[in-house]
Amino acid sequence: MQSTTLTLGPVLFNWPVDRWRDFYFRIADEAPVDHVCVGEVVCSKRQVFFADILPNVIERLERAGKEVLLSSLALPTLKREARHGAELVNGRHMVEVNDVSLLPAVAGRPHAIGPFVNVYNEGTLGFLASRGARLVALPPELPRSSIEAIATGTPDVTIEVWAFGRTPLAISARCYHARVHGHSKDSCQFVCDQDADGMAVETLDNEPFLVVNGVQTLSYAFCNLLREANDLVDIGVSSLRLSPHMYDMVAIAHLFRDVLDGRRDADEAFLRSRDVCPSAAYSNGFFHRSAGALYI
Amino acid sequence: MTPTTGKDMELICPAGTPPALRVAVDAGAHAVYCGFQDETNARNFPGLNFSRSDMAAAVDYAHQHGTKVFIAINTFPRAGAATLWHRAVDDAAALSVDAVILADIGLLAYAAGHYPDLRLHLSVQAAAANPEAIRFYVDAFGVKRVVLPRVLSVAEIADINGAISCETEVFVFGGLCVMAEGRCSLSSYVTGQSPNMHGVCSPASHVGYHESKGDLVTRLGNFTINRIPAGQPAAYPTLCKGAFRANNVSGQIFEDAVSLDASTLIPALCRAGVKALKIEGRQRSRAYTKAVVTQFRAALHAMASGAEIPHSVLAQVSEGQSATCGAYLKTWR
Amino acid sequence: MFTLSFRHDFRVPDFVSSALRPLPLLPLEIFLQQLASSIVARHPDILERIGRTDRLRFGIDPSDVPFAVEIELHHSVVGLRVLRSFDERLLHARITGTLAALIGLVDGEADGDALFFSREIVVTGDIAAVLALRNAVDAAEIKLLSEALALVRLWISQPGKLLRGLLADEPRRGYATDNERTQP
Repeated sequence: MQSTTLTLGPVLFNWPVDRWRDFYFRIADEAPVDHVCVGEVVCSKRQVFFADILPNVIERLERAGKEVLLSSLALPTLKREARHGAELVNGRHMVEVNDVSLLPAVAGRPHAIGPFVNVYNEGTLGFLASRGARLVALPPELPRSSIEAIATGTPDVTIEVWAFGRTPLAISARCYHARVHGHSKDSCQFVCDQDADGMAVETLDNEPFLVVNGVQTLSYAFCNLLREANDLVDIGVSSLRLSPHMYDMVAIAHLFRDVLDGRRDADEAFLRSRDVCPSAAYSNGFFHRSAGALYI
Repeated sequence: MTPTTGKDMELICPAGTPPALRVAVDAGAHAVYCGFQDETNARNFPGLNFSRSDMAAAVDYAHQHGTKVFIAINTFPRAGAATLWHRAVDDAAALSVDAVILADIGLLAYAAGHYPDLRLHLSVQAAAANPEAIRFYVDAFGVKRVVLPRVLSVAEIADINGAISCETEVFVFGGLCVMAEGRCSLSSYVTGQSPNMHGVCSPASHVGYHESKGDLVTRLGNFTINRIPAGQPAAYPTLCKGAFRANNVSGQIFEDAVSLDASTLIPALCRAGVKALKIEGRQRSRAYTKAVVTQFRAALHAMASGAEIPHSVLAQVSEGQSATCGAYLKTWR
Repeated sequence: MFTLSFRHDFRVPDFVSSALRPLPLLPLEIFLQQLASSIVARHPDILERIGRTDRLRFGIDPSDVPFAVEIELHHSVVGLRVLRSFDERLLHARITGTLAALIGLVDGEADGDALFFSREIVVTGDIAAVLALRNAVDAAEIKLLSEALALVRLWISQPGKLLRGLLADEPRRGYATDNERTQP
């Protein structure tokens, strides 16, 4: 049996271009991940920032033996955004489709389905697989029983589960970063660059709750399925997705790799992950058919 | 698509119960949409919806009065348990409903494969927000109409209609999702139950209200999601309408407690090529259905006869008692 | 012509409310109990739609009259008591609003969400139970006035009905006694 792979998801946040590049260079050099997704998923206005250095980053990753996937936008509505999607598809890399609009363009050739496309059951997976989907990242809100039913039904597709990082919960036409800063979306002044892991949203009881990342809303808690990793493998999952944050993602990737390879006890790895991300609150509720915010 | 005239624009009205359906039919709905009594539809609320025999009687009543019935089967089938959703499609087809409203790709494939004559509408829960996505559903499953997500401006809707071969339906009144529908897990993050999987958003079973220092405090699951001072209008206990704090700003970070009222935009939506206008509110009462359907029939009548759209008097049934045109006006973003 | 015809802003005037205060509650309780029982008998779909088999006790609190009503649903039995005030701890849910608003909800003239938005009704406790009750009652198409008149006519034609109620042997026995009650 092929060993479980690790996928590094795309950077969801608006990072300065130097940090963005250095992050991927270090991933290329040090992180034990198999697939690396690059590209802007949340806001097409950010694409220009790293367009110039994207080829360098891809080349460095490939030289390090990583398979590079180009992630598409989650909510394209503009013509410019549709054109960008078409360009992705025409490149030589496998595309990670994050919106149904790209499905016709990738039909008949190998592609990946990202976590922003709704794959809730084996019927949908079967349809997508018949059109060439090879790697499918499931929606993060799916519980174990659904993951198992999907993963056991289609052996020739790699099923991926959101295993680390703030969980994407919603996407909107409205930019909440701009709204909170009193700007319109069209003249947002890119205030989302002030919050490298998202802007914290607290309840009126001062409880941290969500984070805002432009038009996207994510969980405040970091999903952490280190202790569930081996169970995920048992139920047929063959790839785990780690979502980039400002914490040491190389260390996080090593913890997952070590647990999957049996080199480190899952509980011990989980404790260690608290040291790597000292101020992160962890959650695993979705997997356990519970409120996603909880750690069960 | 050829531009639509006001005369053939359809008004699509909600019915959470058989009496609400009759009220909508009697008030002049062109079509009524409703769902079965289970998690196959996105308004799986306590005390709502139609048993199989309710539905059969409702379809009879509507068809006798020349009104169409659409059945919403618009949640995403649970993995390993899709039979419940398949049976809903089977039963809808057996009842000769005028369309089923679906969101899930697997379920669309099932319906298109088993019932080639069954008219398929794409639910707003599929969030098909651009021509390429819509063309996918049309080409793959023969979808005849798409309910557009509430993230688009009127100009964008016109562009979409110019680039696709099926009809479009848009929401003109009622509760307003600020997030792209069908792609929101805020509810399950707090309650474990989501619109996509369970057909509920911020389910009542997880809602608590109490008074504190004169404020109406709303709790959802383990979190305080709103605090409404005395005398101010209340909102649904949904996360996106809650009051929070971010960057030292307190308030409705995502959306104010408002609901959609696009009645003044009907002529513009008509010019944009929209075929059908949809009213939200299967969870609402007969009184709501009657008031809203009557108002919008009058608006369509006024437009067809070249008169001015009557001023909306529906604020009192609106969430937060105020209305917005939402994403239809670009400034909303 | 498009507005809700229902006069949700009507309040029972204070002098009327004060005048009601000294009146005994028992006759009202008998009347409302029989009214509730006859409504449920005529509209069995209400309980079906609520779809709960656990015992549910609602406190209905008209804010502009000097009494309140406790309704208990358990399987197909509806029990009702008229009280000066509630023991909150014994209720699963409480609905407060003007008498006109509450009657409007039963009669289908008012919209529950609209009354909630305008803060004219306040709900606490088991919100799912309140929602189920509201939706089931709205779906039942109850005509409260004609139901009440039918009951009055019955009392006139069959005074024994009223008498049996006064002797307190009637269906409100479906209601648990105080010391049998379990906390919700």
